[in-house]
Parts: sequence; C-alpha cells; structure tokens
Amino acid sequence: MATTVADPLDAVFGALADPTRRAILSRLAQGEATVTELAAPFSVSQPAISRHLKVLEHAGLISRTRRATARLSHLRAEPLREATVWLAGYRKFWEESYERLDELLETLQSQGQETDRSRPSDPAGRSTT
Amino acid sequence: MTEMQITAEPGVPQILTSREFAAPRDLVFRAFTEPDLLVQWLGPRRYKMTIDRWDLRDGGTYRYVHADEAGNEFGFHGVFHGDPSPDGIVQTFEFEGAPGHVSMDTATFEERDGKTIVRINSVFQSVQARDAMVDAGMASGMSEGYERLDDLLARLVANG
Repeated sequence: MATTVADPLDAVFGALADPTRRAILSRLAQGEATVTELAAPFSVSQPAISRHLKVLEHAGLISRTRRATARLSHLRAEPLREATVWLAGYRKFWEESYERLDELLETLQSQGQETDRSRPSDPAGRSTT
Repeated sequence: MTEMQITAEPGVPQILTSREFAAPRDLVFRAFTEPDLLVQWLGPRRYKMTIDRWDLRDGGTYRYVHADEAGNEFGFHGVFHGDPSPDGIVQTFEFEGAPGHVSMDTATFEERDGKTIVRINSVFQSVQARDAMVDAGMASGMSEGYERLDDLLARLVANG
C-alpha cells in the first residue's frame, strides 16, 4: 500500500505535547464536559479549544457525543495507557538506577570529606600502570 | 526529590531525561565516571554490573555487562567524545544485542543550591531506532513479563 499509516503513538505524544491539551485531559478525568466548560479556565477562545479537542480526538484520547446542542467530550484512557507502557521500561530502568544513585550519593556524603578522593579534574591520571 | 522527567517527542529521534540529586555536582560526576561507583547504581538492582573497559578520555572506549540472576548477560559499549567533565559527558552507546544501532548520549550536570540536575539527551539514528530501543525496554529484558519470569525462575532455582 502506498499510504503511510502514522504510528498511533505519534498522535498520542503529539497531543500530549501541549500544556493546554494536557489541562483539558485533566479536566476530563473528572467527568465529561462541554466546549464552553472546557474553555472557561483558559484565556483562549472556544474555537481554539475546539481545535485542541480535534487533536485529542484524532489521537483517540477523547470521544465526543452530542447532548441537545452541546457537544460533550469524554476522556478515553486506553491510548494514554499505551503511551505510558511504551516508555515504561525505559523509565523504570532510569528511575530504579537513579534511586540507587540517591542512596549512593547519600552514603558518600555521610562518609564525609575525610576520605577526599582524587578530583575529577585529572581523568587522564586514572589509567592503570 | 523531584521526579525524573522524560520527554520523547513524536517524530524526533531523541529522548531527554532530567533528574535532580541532593548532592554537589562534583560528587554526582564522580558517581557517573568512577567505575567502582558506577557499578553500584547503574541499572536495576537485580542486575549485577561489571565493567570490562572504562577509558574515560576523548576517544576512550568503554564496555560493561549487566548480568541477571539467570546468568543472561547484556553487553553495552561505546566511545567517549571530548574529555568528560562535569560540564558534559558525550558518549556513543550501543547494545550488543542490536549491533549497529548506536545512540549518542550527552549528560550534563548543573548545580543549583547544592543540588545537581542531571540531564541526559539521547539521540538515535531514526525514530524507528528510538522506538525499537524503547520497545525493547532498554533491551535488557526490562518488561514486566520478563521480570515476573525472572522472579519465578529465581524462586525456582532458590537458594543455590
């Protein structure tokens, strides 16, 4: 096929890259809302909020339904979960490493400066003889 | 303690992480560059890290291995570019399970009020390479499934 299907995660991360869209998702995590309700906390126009909602909808992060004349937006959690899983292994590797580094740094600092070791300014001097 | 931030923008073959440590930057730099300190923290606890080569200078090479309880070994190697200093460490990074897929990592250490912010910028050859690397869970069997399997195996092998 000639068409290129973009990675759905690209759409998710693109949608999440914007702070207004993340704020909209946080609001929707508390329940469905109309465009007017979603626009209220922001200093942007309703059409701008509508554009953000389109991006979120395209990424599959929200679904929209109609109630009378209002369009309601709902949060859809599944793509968010996938995005989290995508980075989970990488994140876990570094978070656990850095927790260990916290402990090591604490130990090194509590041991005090009495064992003042070679300064990092002589990296070449570290080679073995 | 601030939580680690990870940024992986769509369409950009890059991953940025940043994390604050409650220690001055010279000490944090030492923990990143002295082999006897590095093996004490890099990687998950259940892996034992050994360093084969660690030539910390411009053009110097390094190689280290993470070994799990089951005896599986994951080797990594690369080259330092420019003399590593607290201002920055630039190195290439390659997982030996996927030869030819190389990332270039730049680590910087910024001290603020006695604390140090470590930022690592990893640049991959392509978005696909980045995603494959991340999908492989750091290529070291980091996914939960493997972890549970390893735990199970470790329990079965027991206190040998």
